[in-house]
Amino acid sequence: MQAFSYVPARSISEAADILAKEGDGAKLLSGGTDIIVQLREGRRSAKVVVDVKGIPELNQLTFDPRAGLVIGAAVPVYRIYNNAEIARAYPGLIDAASIIGGTAVQGRATLGGNVCTASPAGDSIPALIAHSAVAVVASRSVMREIPLERFFAGPGRTVLNAGELLVRFQIPAPQPHAAGAHLRFIPRNEMDIAVVSAGAYVVLDAAQANVLSARIALGAVAPTPLFVKGAGDALAGKPISAENIDAAAKLAQAAATPITDMRGTVEQRKHLSYVMAKRAIEKAIERAKA
Amino acid sequence: MTNTSMSKVPVTANINGEDVTFLCEPRQSLLEVLRDVIGLTGAKEGCNNGNCGACSVIMSKDPAGNGVLVNSCLVLGVEASGAKITTVEGIAPADGLHTIQRVFLEGAALQCGICTPGFIVASKALLDKNPHPTEHEVRNWLAGNLCRCTGYDKIIRAVLDAADEMSKEKDRG
Repeated sequence: MQAFSYVPARSISEAADILAKEGDGAKLLSGGTDIIVQLREGRRSAKVVVDVKGIPELNQLTFDPRAGLVIGAAVPVYRIYNNAEIARAYPGLIDAASIIGGTAVQGRATLGGNVCTASPAGDSIPALIAHSAVAVVASRSVMREIPLERFFAGPGRTVLNAGELLVRFQIPAPQPHAAGAHLRFIPRNEMDIAVVSAGAYVVLDAAQANVLSARIALGAVAPTPLFVKGAGDALAGKPISAENIDAAAKLAQAAATPITDMRGTVEQRKHLSYVMAKRAIEKAIERAKA
Repeated sequence: MTNTSMSKVPVTANINGEDVTFLCEPRQSLLEVLRDVIGLTGAKEGCNNGNCGACSVIMSKDPAGNGVLVNSCLVLGVEASGAKITTVEGIAPADGLHTIQRVFLEGAALQCGICTPGFIVASKALLDKNPHPTEHEVRNWLAGNLCRCTGYDKIIRAVLDAADEMSKEKDRG
């Protein structure tokens, strides 16, 4: 592997200082499941690797039924799905957190890394978008919030400016009669990259007969993870019915602009966009009713 | 090997119950350190990118010592500073084999053996956390460990048998 120096940063300002000074020569290390492979294979280069796992804010994992969920960018995913309270409150996020790699990868991999790697197929991203996650990012001088659906600029590219690092995700408190779901289509049961994935979050009325609001996002069908606002909005204010769910799933499908690659063809991905969106909505509704 | 002049860093970790201080370059993986610096060659290099699990070790950085299964090829040696690490060498008691190892042998749950240390370590991590896993839980937990010889069934059966035997051993005290 290429040679680099290693700095275990202890604070956001220490990490931001190094980013400001070294520019693109500095690479952040969280769980390392992407960056170590990329550095080893020469796909990215680093003069200095800044380990952000020791920064307290990036390790925060707190849930408050009124304030919502805070997930530090460097929290490994096993900590999220092993937290019974979080698992009860956000089953749709757990769907996503528990399918990133195998067990050993989950001991290290983080949602922060998954999001900053910015793969169009990133496993956690449709779920985070559906749950209205907001990314909090920091530079030496400024902190700002970015709704996750606006975080991505292209395959492997985010809207982070030079010198900025991702600190945490903030996810709104779970609403009554609401739930999320996330599904991934792969040819085997586990440990594969999505052909298509879908995340949904629905809020029902107290009678559980109507949808108050819904958010739907797709993965692996566009240059970035895709928030399909129109699909969720089409469900809002409508009775729960097979026709209305079908119409929303068709809107999600219409927004998908996939490519053909080794994992699937355009035709298959277009078809799956509909199927995965529909099933994710159905599963979220089923959970919201439970 | 683009720059061999990059200076080495001293790192202290507890490996298989012993405090060990070693020198490593920041670019060296924990797997390279274990094998080439410390001489513990139980963890194997299969894919070197986190797909095969042959390099699995249990690592903990919290004082309570709750171990987490990781691929040592995806950890930098310098990240092991202050960590407690268990490799396959730390699983067997001094006088023989761990029950998981014995049951793997008895059940012919290995052929060429390259993947076996990873499976033993991953199985140990599973049974520490969940002493009575279902077949589905075993298969899901071990999905990150690849074996190209056995077809997996004997491995899955061995882990389930080891769980039974270990709970009987525990009942016997």
